[in-house]
Amino acid sequence: MRKLLLLGLTLCSGLVFAARLFYLQIYDSSFQKLSENNAIKMVYDFPERGFIFDRNGELLVANQPAYDIMVIPRNVKDLDTLSFIEDLGISREEFDKKLSKAWTYSPRIPSPFMPQLTKEEFAALQEKMYQYKGFFIQKRSLRDYQVQHSANVLGFIGEVNDGIMKRNPYYRLGDYIGMTGVEKQYEEILRGVKGVKYIQKDRFNKDIGPYKEGIFDTIPVSGRDIVLTLDSELQAYGQLLMQNKRGGIVAIEPKTGEILSLITAPSYDPDYLVGRKRSKNYTALYNDSIAKPLFDRVLEGQYAPGSPFKALTSLIALEEGVITAEERISCSGAYYYGGRKPLGCHAHRGPLDMVGGIANSCNTYFCTAYRRTIEKYDSPQEGIDAWHNHLASFGLGNYMGYDLPSGRKGYIPDSGFYNRSYNYPKYRWYATATISNAIGQGEVTMTPMQMAHTASVIANKGWFYRPHIIKQIKGVDTLPQKYTEKHYTSISAEHFDPVIEGMFDVYNEGTAEYIQIPGIEICGKTGTAENFTRIDGEVVQLTDHSIFVAFAPKDDPKIAIAVFVENGYWGSRWAGRIAGLMIEKYLRGEISRQDMEDFVINGSLEDEYAKPFSGEPFIINQ
Amino acid sequence: MQRNSTLQNIDWITVILYLLLVAAGWMNIYSASLSDTAVSFTNLDNIYAKQLFFIGLSLVLIVFILAVDAKFYERFSSVIYLIALASLLGLFIFGKDINGARSWYSFGSFGLQPSEFAKAAAALALSKYLSDIQTNVKLFDHQLKAFLIILLPALLIVPQPDPGSALIFTALIFPLYREGLHFIYLLLGFIAAFLFIATLLIGVYWVAAAVAVIALLLWFKNRKKKRNLGKYVIITGACVAFAFSVSYIFNNVFEQRHRDRFNIVLGKEVDTRGIGYNTNQSEIAIGSGGFLGKGWTKGTQTKGNFVPEQHTDYIFSTVGEEWGFLGSIFVVILFLWLIIRLLILAERQKQQFARVYGYSVAAILFFHFFVNIGMVTGLFPTVGIPLPFFSYGGSALWGFTILLFIFVKLDSSNFINR
Repeated sequence: MRKLLLLGLTLCSGLVFAARLFYLQIYDSSFQKLSENNAIKMVYDFPERGFIFDRNGELLVANQPAYDIMVIPRNVKDLDTLSFIEDLGISREEFDKKLSKAWTYSPRIPSPFMPQLTKEEFAALQEKMYQYKGFFIQKRSLRDYQVQHSANVLGFIGEVNDGIMKRNPYYRLGDYIGMTGVEKQYEEILRGVKGVKYIQKDRFNKDIGPYKEGIFDTIPVSGRDIVLTLDSELQAYGQLLMQNKRGGIVAIEPKTGEILSLITAPSYDPDYLVGRKRSKNYTALYNDSIAKPLFDRVLEGQYAPGSPFKALTSLIALEEGVITAEERISCSGAYYYGGRKPLGCHAHRGPLDMVGGIANSCNTYFCTAYRRTIEKYDSPQEGIDAWHNHLASFGLGNYMGYDLPSGRKGYIPDSGFYNRSYNYPKYRWYATATISNAIGQGEVTMTPMQMAHTASVIANKGWFYRPHIIKQIKGVDTLPQKYTEKHYTSISAEHFDPVIEGMFDVYNEGTAEYIQIPGIEICGKTGTAENFTRIDGEVVQLTDHSIFVAFAPKDDPKIAIAVFVENGYWGSRWAGRIAGLMIEKYLRGEISRQDMEDFVINGSLEDEYAKPFSGEPFIINQ
Repeated sequence: MQRNSTLQNIDWITVILYLLLVAAGWMNIYSASLSDTAVSFTNLDNIYAKQLFFIGLSLVLIVFILAVDAKFYERFSSVIYLIALASLLGLFIFGKDINGARSWYSFGSFGLQPSEFAKAAAALALSKYLSDIQTNVKLFDHQLKAFLIILLPALLIVPQPDPGSALIFTALIFPLYREGLHFIYLLLGFIAAFLFIATLLIGVYWVAAAVAVIALLLWFKNRKKKRNLGKYVIITGACVAFAFSVSYIFNNVFEQRHRDRFNIVLGKEVDTRGIGYNTNQSEIAIGSGGFLGKGWTKGTQTKGNFVPEQHTDYIFSTVGEEWGFLGSIFVVILFLWLIIRLLILAERQKQQFARVYGYSVAAILFFHFFVNIGMVTGLFPTVGIPLPFFSYGGSALWGFTILLFIFVKLDSSNFINR
């Protein structure tokens, strides 16, 4: 027995160790992971983000270096906290909060302590950093905006959040991604592909060389520059015109579908959302629930199009053969139907043919044309659907397919909508119930983008390319097929002539005659859209929206435009003038109607916008 | 012809196992100490080069040990023991302070650690004493003398302070047991260790209560045998008193770093950044090796120097990381084989001196192996002792070489006599 004790213990210990080693090395795989986190550092090699140019080659967006203060919490030692927070200009509470956040993320892995210092801040701190163990400065790249406009189109980049990282494993904490606008839409093209270097570290987190001589490393693919269809000068000018007003401008080149201008007002300087000031500024913009600067009115705002829609009513009626361009329709100052309150019109000469109807914006004319269109069919359902399909062929009532990540569909009702609304077949409904559609009120809504697009289609007499913002991706020959494919509407080309004539008369002798610019033949249509808001639960009518839709020159259209000014009253008052100035600016590069420019630039609607918030009774449309 | 016959009669299995362990050890030291600088085996600034030098000297030592007559070791065991004690005492005056411990004599860039040699000396002295015809292990005062031989060097080593090395001397209780020491000593040792751990784990009052309950149960069960009640009371009281003294010593005599070490192993504190860092990193290194390991010199933990003292006490973590489960088991088997081989050889010795010595060598190697691998794999508290033949260090390597080859010599000469 005595001989066997040590022998037995030896064998037992062998078994215990074998079991322990089995557990550590084979059964429990968590150590593998721990080791990788521990000893291998992945260092990303970020390629420079692509630049963004306007259609004339003007640089809109470049990059600038920024400096992040990083911290490895574990390495923070003997910190003179007082002088450190003084240098950074933060409070003790902020310091504690940031540091504990970094601890939670990882004691060992560097995390951003204070991101995006400017060059100046960096210079001041640089020589003192050696005193602060555990902190270091890391260079990174931020956007550098060359222009003060187009924030809504360009968008901004920001640090990825948890949701993005979950959906797309490419992104890691601290990476930047395009959050809105072109930056989001063309993220992968602008971004390129980051390279990864695997670095072997020692226990002090010090690099001691590439892991396995770099066989796992990848080389970064640089981001591509892109050229936008925007005209920077036009954007800047439009933004100037829109100051102190709310609304937007969309300009499209009809022949190509290229978006020349996309302005929403009020907007902000894109530089406002760069760097450390971003989160503060973004919150301020986000919280402005009155002016809503982050709300892209031209893409996301859905409004009753008003009178410009009458052009579409005419086109459909012509295509359906229920009216001819020559037929004259008399107006008694209102359109009477079904024994209800008549739909009013305004004073004008009569009776009017189509050109006159459009030029004078006669409600009776278009209600008649619309009603005939619907009643051509056996049932109002069929009639509405035929009407709906014509409009759908323009791309209305749906997303436009343009290459920006925001937008709304607008709304073009169909029979299903009215059947549901009137609880058909229990209750029947007729063309007259939908008569407001004829004049662009009622259920119809469009975004200013869709209004401009409509003008563009009319200018082209029935065909279009999808509006788009991308002109060229540097190093790539072709655009997406989506934007090189010609689309045709269901309206024959010849039907556009009387409508275009009518729109020319609007400018020449109709509702927009006082915006005339010598030598430029503009076809346009004013719009004045009623609108309402809720104050203390009561529906209150506000001053009408001012709308103008146009294209020019008449015979060889180079620009189609929609201008929308909230509470600007009648169509030509603000929107018409702005459209005229934009057209001249684009076609000629200079302005001949100085009086008109002064009126627009100096004019402000801030008083109008303040009315509903004044808490006092107010008068509209004055 | 003496030398020739020695070479013919030495146990080649032991020698080959020794060489395998030393070679494997060096490969891992090489990997653990590889730095950015160019590989050079002659530049003694490199740890692996130094170890190569130590191994070369070991081979010279072996030749000397085998050349000396076997009788020398028995005859001069007392002298060797006294020299060892003197060298330990001398440390208090001439020792060099390294990291707060006076364990070294310094000769230029080389140092000698007498405690590594004292093990062989104590084993020789114990073997000599036990093989004396007049010694009877059953007698209490003879037991006392044997314990004295064991504890004297240990007591000189503890205040260096190097409690880990001192602990090793308790391994010599195994040869004592083999030669007839009553089992009660081992049992007492075991109970003491058990009470010690239980007290730290669940607290002294629970231990006292548990001891009382067990004593009561045993007494009720055995009361028909009319056992002496007093005996129960004394044993129970001793156990409880021990538990209380452990608690007192742990909380009042131990320093915080000692308490930390125990607490971590007992799972009472999880602290991956503090004192448990060594063990934690060592487990990560071993665990990340997987089945086949990352390959020689490919260990990321090893390269990153995450495991402190990796080339010395924690060298086994390199084995675990770079050679995986397969390599680790291979090393464990080499050790088991060597220890068992030594036990077998010891049992076949005709002379009691050689038998006790052989048994002592096996016990010391076992203890080192057991405590070191237990520590590196996170089973035991951190006790700083090297893995025999594997860990970096001249003194340790030479100490173990001398320890082992004296026995190889004794074994071969016994063979001749047979």
